[in-house]
Amino acid sequence: MADLSINLAGIQSPNPFWLASAPPTNSGYQVQRAFEAGWGGAVWKTLGEPIINVTSRFAGLHYGGQRVVGFNNIELITDKPLEVNLREMDETKKRFPKHTLIASLMVEHKQEAWHEIVKKVEAIGVDGLELNFGCPHGMAERGMGSAVGQHPDLIRQQVEWVKEVAQTPVIVKLTPNITDIRFTARAAAQGGADAISMINTINSLMGVDLDKWLPIPHVDGKGAHGGYCGPAVKPIALNMVAECARDPLVGIPISGIGGISNWRDTVEFLLMGATGVQVCTAAMHHGFRIVEDMIDGLNNYLDQRGIASVVDIVGKAVPTYSDWGHLNLNYKVVARINDDTCIHCNKCHIACEDTSHQCIDRVLDSETGKEMLVVLEEDCVGCNLCSIVCPVEGTIEMVEIPNDQPPLSWNERQAALAAGGNNANTDASV
Amino acid sequence: MSVPHHIQANFREVVPALKAKEAIDEANRCLYCYDAPCIKACPTSIDIPSFIKKIASGNLLGSARTIMDANPVGASCARVCPTEELCEGACVLNHASGSRAIMIGLLQRHATDWAIESKASLFSKGEDTGKRVAIVGAGPAGLSAARELARLGHQVTVFEAKEKAGGLNTYGIVSFRLPQSISLWEAEQIESLGVEFRTNTQVGVDIAPAELLANYDSVLLATGMGYVPSLQIEGEELEGVLDAIALVEETKTKPLTDTMMGKKVVVIGAGNTAIDAATCSKRLGAEQVQILYRRTEQEMTCYEFEYEFAKQDGVEFRWLVAPVRILGENGRVTGLELMRMQLGEPDEKGRKRPVSIPDSQFVIEVDAVVKAIGQTRYLELIESFGMEHKNGIVTIEDGTYRTSNPKVFAAGDVIFGGGKTDAMVVDAANHGKRAAAAIHQALNDYTLQV
Repeated sequence: MADLSINLAGIQSPNPFWLASAPPTNSGYQVQRAFEAGWGGAVWKTLGEPIINVTSRFAGLHYGGQRVVGFNNIELITDKPLEVNLREMDETKKRFPKHTLIASLMVEHKQEAWHEIVKKVEAIGVDGLELNFGCPHGMAERGMGSAVGQHPDLIRQQVEWVKEVAQTPVIVKLTPNITDIRFTARAAAQGGADAISMINTINSLMGVDLDKWLPIPHVDGKGAHGGYCGPAVKPIALNMVAECARDPLVGIPISGIGGISNWRDTVEFLLMGATGVQVCTAAMHHGFRIVEDMIDGLNNYLDQRGIASVVDIVGKAVPTYSDWGHLNLNYKVVARINDDTCIHCNKCHIACEDTSHQCIDRVLDSETGKEMLVVLEEDCVGCNLCSIVCPVEGTIEMVEIPNDQPPLSWNERQAALAAGGNNANTDASV
Repeated sequence: MSVPHHIQANFREVVPALKAKEAIDEANRCLYCYDAPCIKACPTSIDIPSFIKKIASGNLLGSARTIMDANPVGASCARVCPTEELCEGACVLNHASGSRAIMIGLLQRHATDWAIESKASLFSKGEDTGKRVAIVGAGPAGLSAARELARLGHQVTVFEAKEKAGGLNTYGIVSFRLPQSISLWEAEQIESLGVEFRTNTQVGVDIAPAELLANYDSVLLATGMGYVPSLQIEGEELEGVLDAIALVEETKTKPLTDTMMGKKVVVIGAGNTAIDAATCSKRLGAEQVQILYRRTEQEMTCYEFEYEFAKQDGVEFRWLVAPVRILGENGRVTGLELMRMQLGEPDEKGRKRPVSIPDSQFVIEVDAVVKAIGQTRYLELIESFGMEHKNGIVTIEDGTYRTSNPKVFAAGDVIFGGGKTDAMVVDAANHGKRAAAAIHQALNDYTLQV
């Protein structure tokens, strides 16, 4: 059994699986059930001035027979008085002292307001704070949530206010509704944040009712954009985590959030620099019990590789993530189709023929009289499209074609050209 | 004459395994129900949604562990369970507004096959308690109990009359449904926990029950049942009169022979063993195989899928006939005299009683008569342990599996008192598991008293 415990910026947790601040962490009853199920930590539903919610709040995106590949919501922060939440948090922490309890906070842009709430929640013994600068709907219209998370200056300022009084580590939760998340992540670090968490939800409209011509979901005939999450957002979140993990100007630990549904997703986020993960949609789809396979699968993954502790994989793939300008222009892969496992759906052919580089031919094998799909390797640009559309895993392999040209990136090429170009291999076509 | 190749092929596993993609697709189709009815329908309460979710997430080790944790013979059960009457029958997707049940049995096989092929180590033995338990019989109930007791740290010795462990799964279920290698793997898993197997050792013959009672802290009787009883008709001594269980056993323990080639075979009885004997005969090359039953299709005790399987194998069924006399020449079976029956009043189990029609005898030409009318019970052995029983069905205390001899527990077919169908392997596995828990409890109680 590998050691699954983590330490995120000084916050200890028995395992890297936390519930994100969201509907599943709305009450002591829920969070305690989650801890019983095995979750290592929970970020409580955001505390602040209690709000009034609308009914009809969620929508799911179902695709190709799979339910909830995406999910959105227009629910706001907690609708309960702070005292009620604090009482339940206190009770939860007392029952589960070794589990991680984080208070998510959102108040207006005032120093006193931040000071007051930080003192109140720390008084009940939370393990850390998470500042919600990510919620994209409703609260943003009131100048909070992602309205803060879109302005580095506001982030820096509010983090500073919090750090003036905070005794526990401060995590800043960032919005993805921004051009380059590194700028807000850096602002959080500059303000003194101990860690960042990302991503909060993405602005979204889930659909339009074809019969009623109404947005989905709607509230009495009107809709508003919601926050998008679930498996579909994972690549967006993973990129943002990786970009921040490799940015020396950010330089603080990351709690990964965004479409994480199982132990495999978790391993990906950890490899790309997250110290732990937060989950919401998968739990909302299946219940808290999903954490059992997350723990079991992660443990088996580590055991099978002889890795003693989960922290040993954190960030291990970050050095492989870079800028386009550093990629080797002389690296070449081509598609190889395994005729033994090919089921002749011809999807690779038509994908390549119509939308890529016309290099998969349908050829009649004179010996067997059977049609074969043959890759014209000299024309293949190695784009992966055929292997992506192929329904049989492993049938189309992208194989490296060794060549005698030394690695050359675009940046190196341009630098060489600028310097006179005589020593560089400039054959790589523009 | 050597055995034709097709006969060898006839004894390979019939149902193909799921392909890798098929398994993933099917696993992703599972709804992962909460408090799922499939779990409740499984006698060993395997957490089915969980093991399927683990297949979907690529955690096959965890999946196999989930299965085998709940059911120590879970690889065999993946093949022999009447899943449409158990887990798959309970699947919510059977509902009119659903689609079709998840292929739970095949997914279970997918995960356990992975464990077999990868030689994964699933469990480890518990810290030694210094207690010794003897288990009589290495069938599903005995193996299941041995595994659980070993995990709890007890020293377990299993006494088995046959050469190999596994009981019914190793010897009694046709290879084309359950290859021997599967149940032997299950036994190996249990042996790797430090359980000692004394095979070729018949309790009551090679070792006295008194010796077990003296040398062990607890004894579990899990001997199952024996061969088929006598038909009590004339001609039973003739060559060509076979025992269904022995017939199946032979195909699993000896090289296949051509002795059935071209023969006319009748099987007496219509339970699952009768079906196994009939399909076995057909696959050994018999020209014609008929199942003779004194009631009708409705009263047959075999599973629906077994009946269908037999029909597809070309087995014929003859209802409302009972054997009267086996005819022979030169000591060999040549024919069978039958009497026609009709259904009368229901018996105590509610099944209509067959009543013979006077003067309806007729003779059919046969080369072999296979009897499959139930199994005998090991009365002598049961009595030698001094236990109370009713017609060979050992009496146990409610909920504890403890017999009238407080040191002796019983599980599996020895305590199974009948029902609609034969006792299932999965029931025996559950008995074994629960008996082990009861033994563990008793050993602890004893320790506390001392």
